[in-house]
Amino acid sequence: MDQPTWVVDREILLDLARDLRDGRETRFDLLLDLCGVDYPDRPEEDGGRFDAVYHLYSIPRAERLRLKVPLSESDPALPSLIPVWKAANWFEREAYEMFGLRFDGHPNLRRLLTHEAFKGYPLRKDYDAARRWILTEDQMYRPHPEPEESVEDEMFERMTINFGPSHPAMHGTFRVVATLDGEVITASEVEIGYLHRCFEKMSETHTWQQVIPYTDRLNYCSSFINNVAYCRTVERMLGVEVPPKAVWARTILSEFSRIMDHCVCNGSTLVDAGALTNFWYMFQPREEIYGLLESCFGARLTVAGCRIGGLLADLPPDFIERSRRIMEMIPPFVADVERLITKNRIWMDRSIGVSAISGEEAVNWGWTGPCLRASGVGYDVRRAHPYDLYDTVDWEVPVLSGGDIYDRYRVRMLEIEQSVRIIRQLLDRGMPEGPYIVDDPHVALPPKEKAYNEMESMIYHFKLIMDGIQVPAGERYLMSEGANGELGFYVISEGGGKPYRIKVRPPCFPIFSTFSRLIDGGSVSDMIVTLGGLNVIAGELER
Amino acid sequence: MNRSTAPIEIPQETRPRKLSLAEKLYLPLLGGLMVTMKHFLRNLFTLKKRMYTIEYPEQRRQYSHRFRGHHILTTRPDGSLRCVACFLCATACPAECIHIEAGESPDVNIEKYPVVYEIDMLRCVFCGYCVDACPEEAIIMSKNYDMAYFRRDQSIVGKEDLKKPYTFDQSQLGYRPRYPEEQTQRATMESGAVDLVSAARARVEEAAEATKAS
Repeated sequence: MDQPTWVVDREILLDLARDLRDGRETRFDLLLDLCGVDYPDRPEEDGGRFDAVYHLYSIPRAERLRLKVPLSESDPALPSLIPVWKAANWFEREAYEMFGLRFDGHPNLRRLLTHEAFKGYPLRKDYDAARRWILTEDQMYRPHPEPEESVEDEMFERMTINFGPSHPAMHGTFRVVATLDGEVITASEVEIGYLHRCFEKMSETHTWQQVIPYTDRLNYCSSFINNVAYCRTVERMLGVEVPPKAVWARTILSEFSRIMDHCVCNGSTLVDAGALTNFWYMFQPREEIYGLLESCFGARLTVAGCRIGGLLADLPPDFIERSRRIMEMIPPFVADVERLITKNRIWMDRSIGVSAISGEEAVNWGWTGPCLRASGVGYDVRRAHPYDLYDTVDWEVPVLSGGDIYDRYRVRMLEIEQSVRIIRQLLDRGMPEGPYIVDDPHVALPPKEKAYNEMESMIYHFKLIMDGIQVPAGERYLMSEGANGELGFYVISEGGGKPYRIKVRPPCFPIFSTFSRLIDGGSVSDMIVTLGGLNVIAGELER
Repeated sequence: MNRSTAPIEIPQETRPRKLSLAEKLYLPLLGGLMVTMKHFLRNLFTLKKRMYTIEYPEQRRQYSHRFRGHHILTTRPDGSLRCVACFLCATACPAECIHIEAGESPDVNIEKYPVVYEIDMLRCVFCGYCVDACPEEAIIMSKNYDMAYFRRDQSIVGKEDLKKPYTFDQSQLGYRPRYPEEQTQRATMESGAVDLVSAARARVEEAAEATKAS
């Protein structure tokens, strides 16, 4: 078992959750993930059809805990945990719409990722995935921000405005309905789901290997990190040891992807604030990194560069030289942007103190990643639970205390420097010798020349493609540090070639659920910069 | 290594950054203007060297030999498709964009051939799984990324169009199984395969003559 798992009765869930959060020996202050699992054939006496699975994390103790609440099909109700962890809000809405779990006490238990005319619970096993539902205008989701009315307000008219789903300020397709008092947002609500593409449902009908191209499309600004995170999870379930060359390349290319992601995020945030030049400067190293990824895996954006057990292909012979060239390019560009903007008072006035959130509150909302580190909490998966080669290199976790847009921007700039540091050390070490993918015909396709020439390899080749990798039954949650926080894959296998359930813990999902809290009371222009600074990627948010 | 083992603090307040006197006086803006001026002058006088933009379609980006673009169906020396309609590519495809209909091959040594082989380019995600899956090296990819269609049905590309690019430009080959160091070995392997085929043909002909004679 990968982490302690408690099966909890729903009657005591709320009290237990509160104790787990506040207890001095437990201090599970972060609700990482909440999802449902459907077991249609499980009898009532074994707990019933559904499981609600909570993943908790204690930042001070660096420990994890999984809670499972079995629920029967006839009465899938359990208490809402919003009073304990605010992060539960959107997660509960998602579990409600996907499995029909009812969260008593939830203030707004409506559909989140699917639309209002949607019938049925799509992630249940008996749902017909080909079924289509048509949304008419009168059924549309009506967010209802409810501002507090006061007597003076009668003098002025309030105005409710839609931003998005298709709006130049919304990076992606989000909809924010804001009630304005002049320029000030008094109440707001966010609607998401315009880019929901059923990643989790689709992965249940594909083999383990076939899921990899889908993970590219989660956080498409740093798709390679998703590949690695997913492949690591499956490899851990299989017990496969990845060859050193692949681990080395994965670490380097993950850091390159992180640099790219931070370049996009900071570049576009600054564009939103009116500083266009940085965007161009930031995109030049990004262009080179895309070139590097393309020379390795044959695609720039959706690389699909990992395979379970290793990499898609051997690294090109000029990999190290090319990486070094990019390494020389990045620091001057970072320095240019720093000189242009970091001490620029116009940008500082726009960002310092705007949409500030304290570390404690951010943790309660389920934040991770650079945004959390900007609020003074130095939690980084690469440091707290090192994987790949992160514990063999010398680097630091940048932590700032402002909790505002400015510090989110600064943390990302500092992380680019740290990523450069990590890559430099790994490149100096040189490329490890050996294969790029594990030599196990049950996991990785045999080399082509063997598949053409040897009967045994040919059979393995056919078996792997027709039946897929046979992953032993079990469950596992494995986390990696994505570009905007802890990217977790919770996978359940019942044996056989296809996943039983895959749940992604998308880092920007809890972060974006805080959006209303961040923008209320600020101005409209603050909202736009806030959205950029959070680095919300629709592909990952809505899966 | 510098792994800190101290527990992570969770602060309850935010401490935003304070502006220094120089920052209050907007002085660092001058440094910023220097940066843009430096870029401007450098780009003005060394025009082509640092340009990152490409004037597509006149200029094109050079991609590596691993680029995953438009598919190619490879052919045998006699021009027929190497594909034996084993359906591995269609099975491996995560997007389910390959449609094959198999038929019995007129050649006795080849069991099947694809009567229909279609790829829906609008569904395809260019992941390269079909290339990995193919046991015959019958499908590979090219560097061609110009795929635009006026109608949906044009995006379903059939056998003839998939065969075409291979015949005119060898340098445009993209993602495929590569073993340059094993070229000679592969050549002998292929010639051996041809010998086996001709030997089998001879046996069939002998048998036919034998029955005729009897």
